[in-house]
Amino acid sequence: MNKRNIVLFLAGILFGFGLGLGGMAKQEIVLSFLQLEDLGLLVLMGGAASVTFIAINIIPRFLKKPFLGGGFKPRTRTFSRNTIIGAIIFGVGWGISGQCPGSALASLGVGNLPVLIGITTEFIGSYIMGRYFG
Amino acid sequence: MFPLGILPYLMGGLVIGLGVSFAYVITGLHATQSSFYSTTLSYLTKIPYFQKKSYLDSREWRLFFAAGVIIGAVIYTLTISPDGFWTTSVQWWRLLIGGLLVGFGTRLSSGCTSGHGISGIASLSTTSLYAVITFIIAGIISAHAMMMLGVTP
Repeated sequence: MNKRNIVLFLAGILFGFGLGLGGMAKQEIVLSFLQLEDLGLLVLMGGAASVTFIAINIIPRFLKKPFLGGGFKPRTRTFSRNTIIGAIIFGVGWGISGQCPGSALASLGVGNLPVLIGITTEFIGSYIMGRYFG
Repeated sequence: MFPLGILPYLMGGLVIGLGVSFAYVITGLHATQSSFYSTTLSYLTKIPYFQKKSYLDSREWRLFFAAGVIIGAVIYTLTISPDGFWTTSVQWWRLLIGGLLVGFGTRLSSGCTSGHGISGIASLSTTSLYAVITFIIAGIISAHAMMMLGVTP
């Protein structure tokens, strides 16, 4: 099996474990943030972004390229109207359901089978976007 | 502000950051979530949007990454989770409608809480900063609208 896939699989295990540990596999906890009762989600997102900041901005000063080759390139996206319209639509769905793309997968891992409904409709939503607006 | 304390959130965030950083340092890839849904659709549909090169090149590792996320949460549940396996009390219709909007919106915006919120912010991308501020405000308004309709949790 390709080394890159194994690395991403292991990274996924850490990601899913962290989502579970940080409560994000529970839609109720995500909703309690959006209801402004528990601001923990900001701590989690900030903690994750801080560690990642080091990997993206500092480690490349000491390491020429990734261990498996290729190059280091920060994640940038061109700003457009769709960045904002999409974020609004995502935010509305997030507030209705308390699920987002990664936390829905982790939620499945904690045994929350109803989230399969949301995962299925996330596929459908992505399909509609690509099919009719892509 | 923090009825459950800060520690679980901080630890969870650090572990997530380690996972994303590990992937980046070894492979140069940004381990983000929402693209998984559309790159996986490339296996099922011939529509050109889903057959673009970036999707075909990343669809395999994204499947492995998503499988890891699920298994990581299983490991958490079987080891240190205080509650074991768990089921939400959020109604099915909310998961259904929410998922549809989340799938559509994250694609249109090219990122989600992980792509914009973690990797984008860590890359100091202003696009991501605007996206994060927007989806948090929209989420807060939407969650409050649900409360005003008397829907719980």
